Amino acid sequence: MDISQYLEIFIEESQEHLQSLNQSLLGLESNPDNVKLLNEIFRVAHTIKGMAGTMGFTTIMSLTHEMENVLDSLRNGEVKVNSHMIDILFECLDYLETSIDSISNSGKEPETGINHLKDKLKSLSKENVSDKESKESNKGEASQKDNYIEDFLFNQYDEELTRKALSEGMKVYKIKIVLAKGCMLKSARAFIVFKTLEEYSEIFKSSPKVEDIEDEKFDREFKLAVVASVDKNVVKKDIESISEIEEVIIEEVIYINEGAKDVEEITVTHIDNEELTAKTDYYHDLSVKKAKIGKTVRVDINRLDNLMNLVSELIIIKTRLEGIEIESGDLNMTEAVEYLERITTSLHDAVMKVRMVPIERVFNRFPRMVRDLSKELGKEITLTMTGEETELDRTVIDEIGDPLIHLIRNSIDHGIESKGERVKNNKSVDGRLFLKAYQDGNSVVIEVEDDGKGISTDKIKNKIIDTGFATKAEADELNNNEIINFLFKPGFSTSASISDLSGRGVGLDVVKTKIESLGGNVEVESVIDCGSKFIIRLPLTLAIIQALLVNLGTEKYAIPLNSIKEITSIKAENIKNVQGQEVLLYRENVLPIIRLANILDVKNYNEQQEYITLVVVKKGEKNSGLVVDNLIGQHEIVIKSLGKYLGNIKAIAGATILGDGQVALIIDTNSII
Amino acid sequence: MDGKGIMKQFVVFKLDDEEYGIDILQVKTIEKMSEITRVPKTSSYVKGVINLRGEIVPIIDLKEKFNLGESALTENTRIIIVYADETIVGLIVDSATEVIDIDSELIEEPPESIGNIESGNVYGIGKLEERIVILLDVQKILNI
Repeated sequence: MDISQYLEIFIEESQEHLQSLNQSLLGLESNPDNVKLLNEIFRVAHTIKGMAGTMGFTTIMSLTHEMENVLDSLRNGEVKVNSHMIDILFECLDYLETSIDSISNSGKEPETGINHLKDKLKSLSKENVSDKESKESNKGEASQKDNYIEDFLFNQYDEELTRKALSEGMKVYKIKIVLAKGCMLKSARAFIVFKTLEEYSEIFKSSPKVEDIEDEKFDREFKLAVVASVDKNVVKKDIESISEIEEVIIEEVIYINEGAKDVEEITVTHIDNEELTAKTDYYHDLSVKKAKIGKTVRVDINRLDNLMNLVSELIIIKTRLEGIEIESGDLNMTEAVEYLERITTSLHDAVMKVRMVPIERVFNRFPRMVRDLSKELGKEITLTMTGEETELDRTVIDEIGDPLIHLIRNSIDHGIESKGERVKNNKSVDGRLFLKAYQDGNSVVIEVEDDGKGISTDKIKNKIIDTGFATKAEADELNNNEIINFLFKPGFSTSASISDLSGRGVGLDVVKTKIESLGGNVEVESVIDCGSKFIIRLPLTLAIIQALLVNLGTEKYAIPLNSIKEITSIKAENIKNVQGQEVLLYRENVLPIIRLANILDVKNYNEQQEYITLVVVKKGEKNSGLVVDNLIGQHEIVIKSLGKYLGNIKAIAGATILGDGQVALIIDTNSII
Repeated sequence: MDGKGIMKQFVVFKLDDEEYGIDILQVKTIEKMSEITRVPKTSSYVKGVINLRGEIVPIIDLKEKFNLGESALTENTRIIIVYADETIVGLIVDSATEVIDIDSELIEEPPESIGNIESGNVYGIGKLEERIVILLDVQKILNI
């Protein structure tokens, strides 16, 4: 089988699984008794093991196998979750991540460095062995049995069948068969097992499914349920006589019928009820998770771009059809075109949405990072994240991770003080780190805020003078904000002694460059002893926003809806002139009036109107009334840049393509007010 | 043709009666005139932007840029979409006629000044039997 075509899928799925493993591990650390989480972790490790096995990545397989062993003993309650164990599991996770990265880069998995991890894992599961050695001796087989029963439950139909067989004096066995390592013809071996069993028994269930076994879609083990008349030792012996079989475990199933009750309780040897509930939870969890994973598909972004452009073309041709339709006056045609219009509009919307990704995708790696860093530095840090659902264009999402990591590291490393220092300054022992994302006008804002010691402008000022960025006289002229912004200067931040200063600055120029290359900007706000806040503002290049479309003369413009406070109609005569500025007394406030048509040099504009439509927009605390001709309506629009050639034009935030293929400019209300 | 140099292809177009050429490697497409959305606060030769299959492309009136007066729109008016690096721009021309091969040996250095066009915009003068084609440097034109 040529597996190369599955490599990409393998890599992507593994990455997804590792991400979920990461989250579950974090969850488990703070919630060690959560069986669901444990089962989820086990399931993920198992899936990765299976996938890696299929792809022939044996190192990953063996590591995940060891992880499974540890998790299994956790599940059986033989060991308790402790922080040391989580650390090692995280280490394994990191190793797996590196392996997957290396596979995606070179197609090969690294083979070194795994042994010490395996040893560590082994020592973890050994701890429990020595702990429970006495139990282990008589439970040796049992733990394995638990293992296989765990994954092999009967459904109602099977139960019915089992009960019937039992009542007829037959025996029901669950059999787990493990093929030898390196078994070449797995399906053939399985076939022989089937044949052997069928001589004196009936196979009524298998895991994986028979079809999958025939297609070799299993790792090394498979499980069967049979109804037989012979003793289990006979069955065991027969199967073991087949070559390339490593292990056979057989278990007899006995049902207790609860009489009048409709619900049957199943008792399987060596399993108590508590474990049974854990199992059902596990299965429940499994189905929920599965559904979630099934919903995502990874697509190359270029294909989306292409799709988007095709849709735009479709819209243009639709508009042409509309023109023809009006000329022809054919009713059938009208109907067809209307239908086409509905479809293209929905298609347009759908394609636009596809490109957007919630920022969660970047954020969800931070809890782990903060945890690691705080452990490393011996600080207690509470991370609070909000606005993970804020959507950003996929391309921006891919780029924004590194700068954010930088800022978070800085905050933890240099911003937040040590425990002792915090107590001395009357602060809570745990440092607070806030990560906020929200949409603001035409940009998405991401804030990284800490309640640490803040940035000392005096120290930076000295540094500025020392490094010769400015003379003392010049430096004295600078205000605090300007001084802080020196941190972003290249060279300034890379100087070795900067971290001895108030911290901050390591690689900040890199952060700034990156964000500016995405068309955004960074600002810092800082109050000594209270903390600092880094504010990243990213443009919504290609982001979708809600906008109000308006007419100015014959032209159409879009005003972002979230900057609009209200829309109102006023009498022209109510506008007063104060020192050359038109204002309106509105709701007991003076509202400056801005004639958009003047600002945008719109020709053929009818100024003489009795009633004026006013769109009241806000910028921070300030409001202004924009005079427009007509309101067209609210639309969801995609912001596109005007391109490099036109660069930044005051008052214009970008352009958008309307449903009919026309271009409308988007008004940047912030720069107008 | 008896050239010994490398053959280069140029898209030839007209501004009034003069023939100009642009290296075909810098031409993306040639479009018919479509609806242009005016963009305020720009030079007068920037006519606005169009929607080119989902992409927003600024449009320059080349004649106006070269101080040859504003283009009169006719049946033959075309927009030549050119690009350099990441900048993409559409140029309004009176007509786009053909693609020609010019031997690089036959391309002469531009004279100091060619009518109203700053010589900086010109890459060379292509001579083709009786015809003279002014070859434009897209990069320079796009450098605002």
